[in-house]
Amino acid sequence: MKRSNKIKFSLDTWAVVGYFILVIMGWISIYGASFDMESPDGIFSWEQRSGKQLVWIATALALGGIILLIDHKIFYFFAIPIYVLTILLLAFMIVAPTSIVPNIKGSHSWIQLGAVSFQPAELAKIATSLALAKIMSAINFRQKKWKQFILPVVIILIPFALIVLQKETGSALVFVAFLLMFYREGMNGMVLFLLLLFIVLFVVVIKFSLVPVGADGGTLGMILASGIVLLFQTFYGYFMAQKRKETLYLLGGIAVVYIAAILLNIKIKLNFNYVAIATILLAALYWAVLEIIRRFRKFWLIIVVLLGAAAFSFSADYIFENGLKEFQKDRIKVLFGMIKDSKKTGYNVEQSLIAIGSGGLTGKGFLNGTQTKLKYVPEQDTDFIFCTVGEEYGFLGSAIVLILFLLLLLRIIKIAERQRENFNRIYGYCVAGILFFHILVNIGMVLGLMPVIGIPLPFFSYGGSSLWSFTVMLFILLRLDAAKIERVR
Amino acid sequence: MINDKLQNRRYTVIIIMIIILAGFIVRLLFLQVIDPKYKDFAESNAFLKKTIYPPRGLIFDRNKQLLAYDKPAYDVTLIMREIQNLDTVELCLALNIDTVYFKKRMVEIKKMRGYSSYTPQQFMTQLSDQEIATFQERLNKFPGFYVQNRTLREYSYSGAAHVLGSIGEVSQKDIEKDDYYGMGDYSGRDGIERSYEKTLRGSKGIEILLRDSKGRIKGKYKDGEQDTEPKAGESITLTLDINLQMLGEELMRGKVGSIVAIEPATGEILAMISNPGYDPSLLVGRQRSKNYTALLSDPVKPLINRATQAQYSPGSSFKTLEALVCQQLGGISEKTLFACNGPSSAPIKCTHHHGSPVGLLNAVEQSCNPYFWNAFRATVEKNGYGQGNDKFRLQYMVWQKAVKSFGLGERFADSDVLEQSRGNIPSENYYNKMYGTSGWRAITIRSLSIGQGEVLVTPLQMANLASVIANSGYYITPHLLKNDTMLAKIHHTEVEPQYFPVVNEAMWRVFEYGTARWHKLKGVEMCGKTGTVDNSHGKPHAFFVGFAPRENPKIAICVVVENAGFGSTYAAPIFSLLAEQYINGTIERIALKEQVVKTTTNSNVQNLME
Repeated sequence: MKRSNKIKFSLDTWAVVGYFILVIMGWISIYGASFDMESPDGIFSWEQRSGKQLVWIATALALGGIILLIDHKIFYFFAIPIYVLTILLLAFMIVAPTSIVPNIKGSHSWIQLGAVSFQPAELAKIATSLALAKIMSAINFRQKKWKQFILPVVIILIPFALIVLQKETGSALVFVAFLLMFYREGMNGMVLFLLLLFIVLFVVVIKFSLVPVGADGGTLGMILASGIVLLFQTFYGYFMAQKRKETLYLLGGIAVVYIAAILLNIKIKLNFNYVAIATILLAALYWAVLEIIRRFRKFWLIIVVLLGAAAFSFSADYIFENGLKEFQKDRIKVLFGMIKDSKKTGYNVEQSLIAIGSGGLTGKGFLNGTQTKLKYVPEQDTDFIFCTVGEEYGFLGSAIVLILFLLLLLRIIKIAERQRENFNRIYGYCVAGILFFHILVNIGMVLGLMPVIGIPLPFFSYGGSSLWSFTVMLFILLRLDAAKIERVR
Repeated sequence: MINDKLQNRRYTVIIIMIIILAGFIVRLLFLQVIDPKYKDFAESNAFLKKTIYPPRGLIFDRNKQLLAYDKPAYDVTLIMREIQNLDTVELCLALNIDTVYFKKRMVEIKKMRGYSSYTPQQFMTQLSDQEIATFQERLNKFPGFYVQNRTLREYSYSGAAHVLGSIGEVSQKDIEKDDYYGMGDYSGRDGIERSYEKTLRGSKGIEILLRDSKGRIKGKYKDGEQDTEPKAGESITLTLDINLQMLGEELMRGKVGSIVAIEPATGEILAMISNPGYDPSLLVGRQRSKNYTALLSDPVKPLINRATQAQYSPGSSFKTLEALVCQQLGGISEKTLFACNGPSSAPIKCTHHHGSPVGLLNAVEQSCNPYFWNAFRATVEKNGYGQGNDKFRLQYMVWQKAVKSFGLGERFADSDVLEQSRGNIPSENYYNKMYGTSGWRAITIRSLSIGQGEVLVTPLQMANLASVIANSGYYITPHLLKNDTMLAKIHHTEVEPQYFPVVNEAMWRVFEYGTARWHKLKGVEMCGKTGTVDNSHGKPHAFFVGFAPRENPKIAICVVVENAGFGSTYAAPIFSLLAEQYINGTIERIALKEQVVKTTTNSNVQNLME
């Protein structure tokens, strides 16, 4: 009892206040999104989703309260057992009978126990965060050895694979968020940069895959991709490795290759895609020769990247065409503006943009949104909840919500950074990464900047499972943080 | 701290977060504040703007008799996108159409300019109570179909069709010209309905309904706060006397021709009859186009308003005008005498028998052709011919201008009678072109002196001429809307009042002693002038122009009966009976009326009231 009194005073007030504001705003938005004009009920009505959400909020707060009462050491000591149990649960989901794990739109991610249903994938985020914190806090990362990341990556890949097998690719993608924590814990920053590079390559190759260059099957996508790779190596060679002369030679050589190709094209039909790949491979060879003969020892990275990029650019089209399902391809094509189809795939995003766009500067006012009230926006109280905010509270309301999210994220980073224990800090960065990834993908999706990936907006989207998991995730951090303050006193 | 070097990495993380969320805010700024297109999309998404049509203004006659009013009608509209599981056969049964028509109509709708599968499109328009009844009962079986309330014209009388005009669907041109109109709207096509369209139509109301993503109506937007109420069209009162009008139409049975009656003091048109006519209710609603085509192909051309659009040579009735203008221009005086050699007169023979020499009064009364030839010649040759015919041509212009000051040769531009012909009072150039500047003389254009040849008038213009004589020198633009401001549209002719009494006297003598003496009305002194106009289509046109009573004239009338014969026989009794009806309010000469009604001059004319 003595300890719990102390906890009350050492809780991080700003984080708690931010949490409350966001949850209340979410609750009001759910009322707005599910409001039925023909039978208007109050916000507390059990008939409304807002009434049910109130129950989820109450239970989430109870869970949060319980976590604050638990001894903080439990999370450290039981991190691995929790993780193992979660993995078993995830594995069970795949083989479980449909009476417990019903098939919802093809995915097997919900556990149904009587009236309560729960998504173990939500639990997996917390369990993986704890496991990563436990494992990585034991490693001395100052040596910057890439081998140290093997175990953490395995810890991530196991639940990732199990969730993909449940056909919940959206939830699985959230595990990418741990890269942010890896970066903070010493992962080479180049990995983040390369990730960005490869995303850009993918976008460019796919988006311009239908624009022909030359007579024999060349595409603008490939040419641009090789250009981006060239830009990358020029930047690296010229500025970072300080090999200016060699870089300029390379540029000249590639120019010669292109001119030769264009001249040849007059006589023979050339596929410019091969020319583009050839320039990348030739560049890789060039750096390799320099590496060996002149002992540069700086270019092994660029060689790997070049080979990777060549392989990736060449196979991106193939991966896109064969590795993705039809609806996933459509979602990406719609995002890139390659197809316009307002009836099927594009409909959700188009209606989402109309709802948000029609909100104007100050919005239409509480319960006055026409697009959301009239059910033009699908999934408007879950994945597309931000549309209600945009339509009813306009630019000002939407910006305030985004700024609140940012402030909460910054607060979490501040909390993480002030921890003495590596375990606490790593866990804190996991929480920040997961929250950030959800916000990035969800709001990016409703704003038409990301492909449609069905993951909830933290604290806003309707449903107990996600609200509980975000609450528990945040409150574990607050509990760990409170323990630190205990010790200081 | 344990790994202090890496601690600075938090700033990279923070910067990434700030950049991405700031990017989202910029995107929001573009979506919500800068780009307006989403607001329009949202409107067309969620708002169903339903037009509410106002009732059209009523039309009354001068005695507040109701002439035209509204009865409810219905349009069937559809929203293509909302049509589901349509049983075409049942729909066609309910609307009493065949499937071929249904398919044709669906194709037409989709081809229409401005077609959208989201907005209501007109499927069938102007159905009556009975026609819509079955469909209305089964409406719930046809999702996507709606019934739109409209109004249809209904008429109290079967006459006055040309005056009232009709209402028809607006064309693409109308829509472009006036943005009040939309596809499927109706507007006045001719007559009063057209000239007072803006008064009669009122203004449409708009009801903004909210529609959900499945097209279901979810109630009114902001509880109807932004709806606009329809405004009923204003009623108008015409100058027409419907009793006089109906009598006129009855008297014209079996004849082709027209009557125009004007109140001289005000220019108000009391009756305007064009025969053959048609029942105005023929051109209402769904039957309109079918009946319109039938009327259009009728050989006697009932759609033409002969009262204002037919052009005739006025014949002898033009001599009243000639007498006035020649006096004014100094060609003759009241006392001028000319010799008449009867049928052997040259260049124009006289068709009447009277003494010689003859004075102006007798010449008008007896319709002496040689007199008016001499008077016309004296007027236009007054200054001689001059060098290269210039003095003659100049004087001709003076004559023409004086004649035109009576409202001849031009449309009444300030009138609300829209369908008018100009008639023709030939200009100097007209003859210059025909004969060269020096190639024409008084003798060349001698037909003008007796109202034949190139001169053309409409019955409305001739009724107005009678008005001018009744007023001794001026007229007020003939018009159809009862409205005091029209009195300001006074036009003084170039003939001064002192020249009128002799013509007035002569016209009175026509009734007392002359060709119209059989049609005198007891107790009312009347003035008139017959005309018998030769033409190339058969018997002469019978003309009569006159006014009554002689003192304080109340009515001026022009009667034209095409290819009938003598004006005195066919036109004069019609004049007399109309004057009796208007002045006495009733007809006592039943026998005369019966006789006129039974007279048939053209067997092709269908009699509407039988």
